[in-house]
Amino acid sequence: MTRNLLQRTVRLSFRNSIIFSLTALPVYAAQAENVHVEHGRYLSIAGDCLACHTTAGGKPFAGGLDLKTPFGVITTSNITSDKETGIGNWTFQQFDNAVRHGKGPNGHLYPAMPYTAYAQISDTDIADLWSYIQTIAPVHNKVESNKLPFPYNIRALLVFWNLLFFNNSAFVPDPTKSADVNRGAYLVKGLEHCGTCHTPKNAFGGDTKDAFQGASLQGWYAPDLTNNAHIGLGRWTIEDIVAYLRSGTNRYTAAYGPMTETIVNSTQHLTDADLHAIAVYFKSLPPRNITIPAPLPTSNEQVQAGQHEFIVECSACHKSDGTGISNMIPDLRNNSAINAKNPDSLLNIVLKGTDGPATHANPTGAAMPGFDWKLQDQQIANVLTYIRNSWGNAAQAVSATDVNKARAAIGAQPATLR
Amino acid sequence: MHYKRPKADVVIVGLGWSGSTMAEELTRAGLNVVAIERGAWRETSTSFPTTRNPDELSGSIRKEILQAPVTETYTVRNKPGETALPLRKYHNLTLGNNVGGAGTHWAGASWRWQPFDHQPYTRIMERYGAKQLVDGLILQDWGVTYDDLEPFYDRFEKIAGTSGTAGVINGVKQPGGNPFEGSRTSPYPTPALERTRANILFAEATTRLGYTPFPVPSAMIGAPYTNALGINLAPCTYCGYCQLYGCGNWSKSSPNICILPVLMQRPNFTVVTESEVVRINTTPDKKTATSVTFVDSDGNIGEQPADIVIVATFTLDNTRLLLLSGIGTPYDAVSGEGVVGRAFTFQTLSWAFMFFENEYLNPFMNTGALATQIDDFNGDNFDHTGLGFIGGAGIQSLCNQGLPIGMSGLVPEGSPKWGKGWKQAFQKAYQNYAQIQGQGTSFAHREQFMDLDPTYKDKFGQPLLRITYDYNENDRRSGRFIRDKCAEIAKEMGAREVTGVSLADQPYSGYTPWDSSHVQGGVVMGENPKTSVQNRYQQNWDIPNLFVIGASSFPNNAGYNPTAAVGATTLWTAKAITDLYLKNPGPLVRL
Repeated sequence: MTRNLLQRTVRLSFRNSIIFSLTALPVYAAQAENVHVEHGRYLSIAGDCLACHTTAGGKPFAGGLDLKTPFGVITTSNITSDKETGIGNWTFQQFDNAVRHGKGPNGHLYPAMPYTAYAQISDTDIADLWSYIQTIAPVHNKVESNKLPFPYNIRALLVFWNLLFFNNSAFVPDPTKSADVNRGAYLVKGLEHCGTCHTPKNAFGGDTKDAFQGASLQGWYAPDLTNNAHIGLGRWTIEDIVAYLRSGTNRYTAAYGPMTETIVNSTQHLTDADLHAIAVYFKSLPPRNITIPAPLPTSNEQVQAGQHEFIVECSACHKSDGTGISNMIPDLRNNSAINAKNPDSLLNIVLKGTDGPATHANPTGAAMPGFDWKLQDQQIANVLTYIRNSWGNAAQAVSATDVNKARAAIGAQPATLR
Repeated sequence: MHYKRPKADVVIVGLGWSGSTMAEELTRAGLNVVAIERGAWRETSTSFPTTRNPDELSGSIRKEILQAPVTETYTVRNKPGETALPLRKYHNLTLGNNVGGAGTHWAGASWRWQPFDHQPYTRIMERYGAKQLVDGLILQDWGVTYDDLEPFYDRFEKIAGTSGTAGVINGVKQPGGNPFEGSRTSPYPTPALERTRANILFAEATTRLGYTPFPVPSAMIGAPYTNALGINLAPCTYCGYCQLYGCGNWSKSSPNICILPVLMQRPNFTVVTESEVVRINTTPDKKTATSVTFVDSDGNIGEQPADIVIVATFTLDNTRLLLLSGIGTPYDAVSGEGVVGRAFTFQTLSWAFMFFENEYLNPFMNTGALATQIDDFNGDNFDHTGLGFIGGAGIQSLCNQGLPIGMSGLVPEGSPKWGKGWKQAFQKAYQNYAQIQGQGTSFAHREQFMDLDPTYKDKFGQPLLRITYDYNENDRRSGRFIRDKCAEIAKEMGAREVTGVSLADQPYSGYTPWDSSHVQGGVVMGENPKTSVQNRYQQNWDIPNLFVIGASSFPNNAGYNPTAAVGATTLWTAKAITDLYLKNPGPLVRL
């Protein structure tokens, strides 16, 4: 059974025989008792609470998922209404303190919980969210959340972190912008917490001022979401962004890595109006100016060797001209994810493959297989260098050393074929 | 230990093409469906990745995707009175061993059967009369016609993304297609595959001979396609690893690719894997099916109650499950009475094998169903007067073979057996070998049937299914006729060396090389309870909430592969259940 399936179903070990059926997740199945609970449920999906507060195959919202941060492992908490191990005894004020202000009953929360973004949630939305969270059935599951090494295990130090990096102020609409842009900004900066992955971090894990300019985390590179045509969303229309967030695919690409889960668990369930607002907001961001490198010449040794690998290993799906299949297999031409200076995602995908998005709008879920066992470091370096410098792409060469380091960092297998 | 699962609206036994097609229809109609599948779960992208899947040693040689005979098998004899012996080695009936069934590893030929194939009795009687039938032949109509099934063939093609060139649309013949096909309401969803050199030589030769060649409709997708359920399929790359392989390229239609991604998102669908159904339970009066009993992989016995029981296992196992459950009257070959296990058919294959002198056929570019065919001698498309048989064959240049290990034995007679001479002969033969297959009809006979074996038992102690089968005189006559046509075309193609073979000239064996995997019948649908187990809706005559679907319902075999016909009849039955049965549960045909 695969990761892909695990995300979508609960696996019950039923005397070895295995039963697959869609989880009756409260998040999908809840029958709203009132509009506040129903709206809170929607907000919890937008905030993707389930993704972090549930382990693969675990009970929804019962916590226990290990988040690997640069500072160590943080385990997510049980937010079901269990009085002993969950938050069944909490008041609204405690909930608000945790979600919007980063303060838990045992002291400061670590910013792996995106309270830095959730601070933007409005008063009415946080109240509705609480109405819904209270309806989650209790699950007894004791979680030891802080497994960080010294000195990061000292929660009090977060006082200083918060002073430096936490802007604890609510969302303020910009009256010069349209209602759509403001709604999009509210969702993107707040509940959807896009910046948690896509905004570069400083050495202390705080957001830099380069909002949405792309960042590396957990072996992936969350791409630039600014309007730059080479490395950002510049070529995508509003409709392309909406299609991507709704179905996981669009005419250019298919989601990969952690974004697949975000789309499956969260964005595919948003209303048309909210997805449109998010897209309009991103398209309203000023284009970022970068110096585009000149593509490596076709005479380049790596480019030439990489073309051979591409034809043998990649062309069957991506086609020999790199055009892929619309809404299924990414078009590699003029592809901003490929042009990213940081090749982490490309290395991750080529080495270990990636699940495809399986959504209601596009249930296909076609995935990319991993090549770690099959291709040597130099072969992968060559094919990525070729792809990064063909069909309108231009980006730095990838070296065998880069591949080797990535293998170790993400736990990919060594190549077994020569 | 024993346990009972919560009652479902519908239990489906087996989740191959027919089971998953049925499950999709019934869950969409809002029913709570539980499927129980003997095999394990398989995920297209990770179970059959393109990086690893094209591995001839594990696929074609070790047959890792198939259900091994050691798990369960059949016993076979040629004639009543003989002692049947179990098939202990991998045989030609290539059973699937996973969710998706044989639909995961099939070759992919996706035929609509002709109007004749659904009504052979009426058509033969009209044209020739009973004198055309050899002694003992069983010929009967299905109770459902091509025209009844056309919308469902159409729907199935749009689920599968079938590639091909239409021959007749709304009664109008189309250039490049099969002029003999039943009239279609729409063209194939995706265009026909590119032709190989051998296909082109065949098309040229058959055209010169006055026949009409056309591309065989295929599960290998001809262009990017979004199917009727919203799933995307990618075009075929002609890698050649289709038959006995799953397709991780999303280019071969299968239940795993075309249906399961949608089904698995439905909260009213559950599949229990690695569990084998051993019995259908009924009320004591045998008027109502109540549940199925299964054995899970720990050996524990489970029961799944349901309002509707649908059996969708492999053709032969459908018959076996009814016999094991004591449902219906087993066929008795002596008296000719009884229906369960009756009207069992196989297929009548003829071949021309050929070597050219100086061709470049490039067989490494192929698919499981890359073929160009003529239907001039199929079904009842030609006058049989004076020939002494009915039926015929689709005659095709089949390019499903180019894998290096499998090709290595194919050198001309008299070639050196080893060393440099053999290598040279193989190098030359690889580019010069081609084949023409005559995939022939098969009509049932009173001495061809299935029953429970008196001696051999499975791991649960239940009797194996016994096959009593040999080719009948109709098969032998049609096989030789088709063999000669294949050889004639091979010579016209310019081959230097041609060998014609009719497999019906030797006794039936489950191990014959080049033989078909298609078996039909045993739980046939029809118009008369004395000669059929089920009515025209594949509903049991005696137990109205029991439906057995698949090729077990077909009382005759066509000169075609059966999958699309299975898909169409399944969809036809699904509609009968949702539109007729649910509103008024009970027999859908009253006599």
